[in-house]
Amino acid sequence: MNMATTVLNQSFKNAISPRLAKNVRRNIKERVIEFILMIAALSAVATTLSIVAVLLYESLSFFKTVSIVDFFTDTQWTPLFEDAHYGIMPLVSGTLTTSAVALAVAIPIGTITAIYLSEFASHKTRETVKPILELLVGVPTIVFGYFALLFLTPILQKAFPDLPGFNMLSAGIVMGIMIVPYIASVAEDAMRAVPMSMREGSYAMGATRFQTALRVVTPAAISGIVAAYILGISRAVGETMVVAVAAGQQPIVSFNPMESAATITAYIVQVALGDLPHGSIGYQSIFAAGLVLMAMTLCFNILGHVIRKKYREYY
Amino acid sequence: MTPDTPHAPAQASVLKNLDAVRAMIKRHKLNDYIFSLIGLLALMLALMTLMTLFIDLIMDGYQRFNLQFFSDFPSRRAEHAGLLSAWVGSALVMLVTFIVAVPMGVAAGLYLEEYAPKNWFSDLIEINVTNLAGVPSIVYGLLALGLFVYILDLGQSILTAGLTLGLLILPIVIVSTRESIRAIPTAIREAGYAVGATKWQVVHDHVLKYSYGGILTGVIIGMARALGESAPIITIGALTFIAFLPPSPITDVAPFINFEWLSSGFTVLPIQMFNWLSRPDQAFHINAAATGAIIIVVTLLMNGTAIYLRYKIRKNIKW
Repeated sequence: MNMATTVLNQSFKNAISPRLAKNVRRNIKERVIEFILMIAALSAVATTLSIVAVLLYESLSFFKTVSIVDFFTDTQWTPLFEDAHYGIMPLVSGTLTTSAVALAVAIPIGTITAIYLSEFASHKTRETVKPILELLVGVPTIVFGYFALLFLTPILQKAFPDLPGFNMLSAGIVMGIMIVPYIASVAEDAMRAVPMSMREGSYAMGATRFQTALRVVTPAAISGIVAAYILGISRAVGETMVVAVAAGQQPIVSFNPMESAATITAYIVQVALGDLPHGSIGYQSIFAAGLVLMAMTLCFNILGHVIRKKYREYY
Repeated sequence: MTPDTPHAPAQASVLKNLDAVRAMIKRHKLNDYIFSLIGLLALMLALMTLMTLFIDLIMDGYQRFNLQFFSDFPSRRAEHAGLLSAWVGSALVMLVTFIVAVPMGVAAGLYLEEYAPKNWFSDLIEINVTNLAGVPSIVYGLLALGLFVYILDLGQSILTAGLTLGLLILPIVIVSTRESIRAIPTAIREAGYAVGATKWQVVHDHVLKYSYGGILTGVIIGMARALGESAPIITIGALTFIAFLPPSPITDVAPFINFEWLSSGFTVLPIQMFNWLSRPDQAFHINAAATGAIIIVVTLLMNGTAIYLRYKIRKNIKW
């Protein structure tokens, strides 16, 4: 830089009033802050991308050893045995069975709770019950696992003497109770979004509360209610600790809830506890299982959100 | 009734009809009554479960409620096993989680609500946050195992666990930040701009200050979730039997703070509970119950505080 430019710059700097100079600094500061905030927002995208990348990367190494056809058709899952089989079916069947039991519990109770809270309960009851439901959502899942294994299973064994100590029934029921508040609160939101005028119209025709709830409000809110069910399924499929504690570890293809069977999540926990060497086929297998789990929950989540969006646009 | 029927029989049939209608109304009212009973029962079920769960844990675990349970390391003998390493581990992991999730979540929420332009890019981030909230926690564990433990080589440490749980509760913090920011009327911002404040000055001095309570609610709920979360930490491969404490974060020589604890092995309360629960020996189940009772009390207190806070804020807001 030569002398002339320096002098010129100097004079320019003098020419800018102090207020304006401050403004430039202010603008730069604003830009920097906006940039930092944007990076923070992008961290959410980065997390998703890294999840997908890690799962795909490790699964790809897994599928170099295991054919993808075997993975989906073989009925045995024994990656840690001498005679290794890599069929995801037993884990998927375990996951689906426990989820089905959970939904058989959660859908009726959740729906009735939602209808009651939205259509029958007084304002005061609703304001007291909703926080309690929220508290129930906050109970750590490991505690529910304890409840399933040491409280519910012994009771169920009195009713069904053949029931093994680890079984999908007890895990499924507890999981169902766990997702009741979730289904109830999403479904209730949907019902409350139904305009008051529709209820008033029904009452004006002489319908009772129950008739109005069943034939006017429920059909009007049906997409939101279905979305609640689907999000509930996604919860049940991804739930880990209850099934890891109470459902058992044997990967078998069975849809009988009275049996003991491993789910996808329970398998991942089992392997992680065993401390497998990094890079071994057993290590890679949990990522392949995780990929299947992720795909299942993602499908349900997207479906649920699409259905829920639809009813929002309706009114 | 047809129009050409004589007068008297018509009246009789109306009366008969009236009886039928009355019977129908009675029936429908009964249905109403029956359903409200069923509804109340369904509600009670949720409440009763919570109560049963809590009472069951207390009944099973009350023998272990003494100071020694908190000051003993895990042991092979159930009656001498304690929670020391677990609660210290939980506290340290929570600290890292807080430091990771809160600044990042609040910043992301601010960006999405105040700065982000309305275009596909912002939509992408939004959809992402919604989806992240639905990802099963164990998948975060797999992310941590692949990325933090092996690729970034952080090991099975407190830092890894804190980062993982931080990412896990990030959507909760982001969503609660956005919701409380959205409740602030535009007039507040306009008043700021009118006296010449820059965007950041408005955001920092007004928007952030007013949404403080709502953000705090979300942070507490998120931290309670992180405290009770076990699946991702098991997946990282955290050891379940830890009979030592991480190096102390505060030392007596300058600079008085050290960061060795970040790379230390650890265990947390839910993992310790899982460990005791999965042993066949019944004596350890008592320890598991006591641990469960402690976890449930702490998380209920945290969530209760958050719900109460939110209620207070809603009541006090007068824009």
